[in-house]
Amino acid sequence: MQSKMKESDPILEVENLSASTDNLPILKGVSLTVYPGEIHAIMGRNGCGKSTLSKIIAGHPSYNITNGDIKFLGENINSLEPEERSQSGIFLGFQYPIEIPGVSNLEFLRVSTNARRKFLKKEELDTFDFEELVKEKLEIVKMDPAFLSRSVNQGFSGGEKKRNEILQMALLEPKIAILDETDSGLDIDALRIVASGIKKISNAQTAIILITHYQRLLDEIKPNYVHVMSDGQIIKTGESDLALELEEKGYEWTDNFVKET
Amino acid sequence: MVNENLVKDVVKEPYKYGFVTDIETEKIEKGLNEDIIKLISQKKEEPKFLLDFRLKAFKKWQKMKEPDWAALGYKKIDYQDIIYYSAPKQKEKISSLDEVDPKLLETFDKLGIPLTEQKKLTNVAVDAVFDSVSIATTFREELAEHGVIFCSISEAVKNHADLIEKYLGTVVPASDNYFAALNSAVFSDGSFVYIPKGVTCPMDLSSYFRINSGDSGQFERTLIIAEESSSVSYLEGCTAPMFDTNTLHAAVVELIALDDSSIKYSTVQNWYAGDEEGIGGIFNFVTKRGKCLGKRSKISWSQVETGSAITWKYPSCLLLGEESVGEFYSVALTNNLQQADTGTKMIHIGPRTKSTIVSKGISAGNSKNSYRGLVKMGTKAAGSRNYSQCDSMLIGDQASANTFPYIKSQQPNSEIEHEASTCRISEDQLFYLQSRGIEFEEAVSMMVSGFCRDVFNQLPMEFAAEADKLLALKLEGSVG
Repeated sequence: MQSKMKESDPILEVENLSASTDNLPILKGVSLTVYPGEIHAIMGRNGCGKSTLSKIIAGHPSYNITNGDIKFLGENINSLEPEERSQSGIFLGFQYPIEIPGVSNLEFLRVSTNARRKFLKKEELDTFDFEELVKEKLEIVKMDPAFLSRSVNQGFSGGEKKRNEILQMALLEPKIAILDETDSGLDIDALRIVASGIKKISNAQTAIILITHYQRLLDEIKPNYVHVMSDGQIIKTGESDLALELEEKGYEWTDNFVKET
Repeated sequence: MVNENLVKDVVKEPYKYGFVTDIETEKIEKGLNEDIIKLISQKKEEPKFLLDFRLKAFKKWQKMKEPDWAALGYKKIDYQDIIYYSAPKQKEKISSLDEVDPKLLETFDKLGIPLTEQKKLTNVAVDAVFDSVSIATTFREELAEHGVIFCSISEAVKNHADLIEKYLGTVVPASDNYFAALNSAVFSDGSFVYIPKGVTCPMDLSSYFRINSGDSGQFERTLIIAEESSSVSYLEGCTAPMFDTNTLHAAVVELIALDDSSIKYSTVQNWYAGDEEGIGGIFNFVTKRGKCLGKRSKISWSQVETGSAITWKYPSCLLLGEESVGEFYSVALTNNLQQADTGTKMIHIGPRTKSTIVSKGISAGNSKNSYRGLVKMGTKAAGSRNYSQCDSMLIGDQASANTFPYIKSQQPNSEIEHEASTCRISEDQLFYLQSRGIEFEEAVSMMVSGFCRDVFNQLPMEFAAEADKLLALKLEGSVG
């Protein structure tokens, strides 16, 4: 299914990727190709390697790629620094957004946005222009401007942290966003806000990978493909109804799958 | 607010104040004895009371032992191998800036402290001290209109001997400690500030200390007096060239605040810190103390300590006047093989006195950074309060941080509150910032600035930006 001819070039190609941390293998040959306009969901038990996959694509230094390649817009990015990946348009929405005491959210967002804009050869924004832009984007996630003057994620509730992640996505306008359990810890209302935010930001030229345990996010954002991971491998790929089947039968059902080759 | 963007421009620069000015200097011979002290006093044409002050201090110093309680390790200082007076040769009497050696003006220009009439900073009056002497003081006439005296301490000895005799050594007595005694015996120059009753000093005052010579020590002495209901903000900056030998800097600063007056004293200390192997650098042994003599008087110390191979410094407040207030805001950053043992003493003597201590220590490389502080509530300090917060940040896994808070209370009706924390810049925090396109070193700078925010907010505007840049510079290459 992944190999069928598409009209445009893929945004992301993960080819037979294996990776380890502290000599412990986590990923054992993952392949995944994502085209513009697509939404992919990755599901699987805790510890199956789905968060690791997202961190490795974003360039987390704790993991070593032992085999395989990651290509972004046709270029191998295995050795790029995390900031270079971000600047070129890869976005990782964190499962647990990190608190940075003392660093103002506004300044953080501005520096981050300008790093991306610089890469895109767009004019960097001063504080005043940036405030205009960020106010517009705050609407998307229905965040109070008061969040801007607080320290990055510090003292934010779980839901506020997740909305702050989507705000960053809105500002950075990535080519591909990998959202790691963005739905966890959200109540129904917050989930709807986040989901509609994600939809507003994405378009036919961008792609999304949703990492999730739950159907409820996928009800809001319908994926084109659903992948099931287990023990560092993608063991099954299907269309959106696969998620419904998983929801019904539980991960035990997937234990019987043999890796599809 | 500190603009993190400033950080970016300078992060790649080495110690940019490391140059030496090639200028003819007048130095006396190495060593320390009564004759040397008499010679210094004679060169400065001092009155007898000051020579006596020096000689008495010297006698005391000879009987004292160099303190060894600080968490510092360094090669023993040979006090006979130091030159105690070094001054650039210039005309005997200088009546205007036009007569100052252009090389000196150029030096301060390079340091970002222009002194000439056309270029001088518009909102700050500067006293520029080069090795043992004060070169120039700007805005003197303007300040004089308000009755403010701002000049070198040598001049003050000549023109305001009564004030010097009345106050010198009353906050830091010569016998206070080993380095204070040494300074009292040999001090060469420094700044003198007098703010008359009811006057709010119309501009910030600033002293800039420059060590140029490699084999002479710098022993400056600063005295600030704020009369009733007056206020002043004073800034101090320091740099030195890069030498592979250690240079001794032993200063004394005394502040006196009378009823309802306030003194804000800010320091950005960027003496040469030695190289990555710990060769060279300034030994910085400083005694700074303020006396809140008057009711409701206030003394606030803020310091950003980034330089020196060794820092030994505890700016303190004696809170005598009732309801007087003492503050200490400090950022001390050490990298490579630097060692800092710094903190404060808040001595509550009068009733309902209040003190605040906020200390942020950042240790990177193989450095050692200790906070040492004393909060004391005397028997008459009923209703007094102290709040202390001491935070340490470790960068890398070779650096160390210590906190030594001493608390003594002889007054049950007083409150002392102490909070301490240690944190490390985590890989996850760095990754988070990097994954948002922010480069590694900038990410570190942002977090360090964030950690120091409470203190930076206390600094005068220009100093805050300067301090931010300085930290970024000092941290270059310290991580990863």
